[in-house]
Amino acid sequence: MKVKEIKRLLEADCLIGEQYLDEEVDMAFGCDLMSDVLAFTSGRTILLTGLTNPQVIRTAEMLDIRVIVFVRGKKPGKEVLDLAVENNIILLTTKNIMYTACGILYENGLEGVPIRGVE
Amino acid sequence: MNKDNGINGIKLQYEIIKDDFSRAGEASSNIKKVLRQLGIEDSIIRRTAIVTYEAEMNIVIHSEGGRIKVLINPDQVQIIAEDYGPGIENIELAMQEGYSTAPNRVRELGFGAGMGLPNMKRCSDEFEIQSEKGAATIVTMIIYIKG
Repeated sequence: MKVKEIKRLLEADCLIGEQYLDEEVDMAFGCDLMSDVLAFTSGRTILLTGLTNPQVIRTAEMLDIRVIVFVRGKKPGKEVLDLAVENNIILLTTKNIMYTACGILYENGLEGVPIRGVE
Repeated sequence: MNKDNGINGIKLQYEIIKDDFSRAGEASSNIKKVLRQLGIEDSIIRRTAIVTYEAEMNIVIHSEGGRIKVLINPDQVQIIAEDYGPGIENIELAMQEGYSTAPNRVRELGFGAGMGLPNMKRCSDEFEIQSEKGAATIVTMIIYIKG
C-alpha cells in the first residue's frame, strides 16, 4: 500500500517527508512498546504508535522503518522532527485512536507483521 | 568515537553515558552508517543495528555507563557491550522474555519490557553474557557475514 493511500485512509497530516508519499509498505505494527517493535519487525513496515520520544525514531532507524504514524493527534517536538528528517523517515499524524487507525488499515488490506519477524 | 583501520578489520568504540536518554541510540546509528558505507548486506546491518541498539539502551537504562566496541572483518561483526556495573544477580532470569527490572520512567519511553537480552541473543549467531552482582556485565555477540 502506498503511503499516500495510508495518509488518505487515516485522514492524516504529513509532518515530515511529503516528498516520499509514493513509497510502498507491505505491513503494519501498532505498538507503544519499542522493545516489541525491535523484536518482531521485518520487511517494509509502517509503525503506528502513541509515543513521540526520540527513541521511536531511533527504533525505526535501526529497523529501516520508513513511516511512522502518530495516533490520537499526537505531534512530536522539534528534536524528534529533526531526527526524522536526518533519517529520511516519513511522519504522519492522525486524529484516530490506535485501535481505529489499525482497524482502518487492516480493513483496507494492510496486514500486521508476522508473529516472529526477525529474519 | 574511536576508529582504527587495523590489519584484521575495522574497530569502532563508543562511550555510553548512564541515563542519557536524549543521546541514546547515537552510537548504534553511527555503527549502522559505517556498516552501510562498507557495503555490508542489509540483513546483517539490520541484525547488528538491533543488537547494538538494545545493548546501548541497556547500558543507558541499567548500568553506571559503559562502552560498545565493534570489530568488523570480512567474515563477521563482533559486538562487545561492557558496562561499569552494578552487574546482574540472576542471568538466567534476565534472559527470560518479559523479565525486567526497569523503572517506570523507562517503560514510558517504550523500553523495559524484558525483551532486550533475548532479542540480542536471537539476532546473534553467537551470544555470551558474563556478569555477577557488584561487577561489570559484558555481552559479546557475533554476527556472521559469510555462511
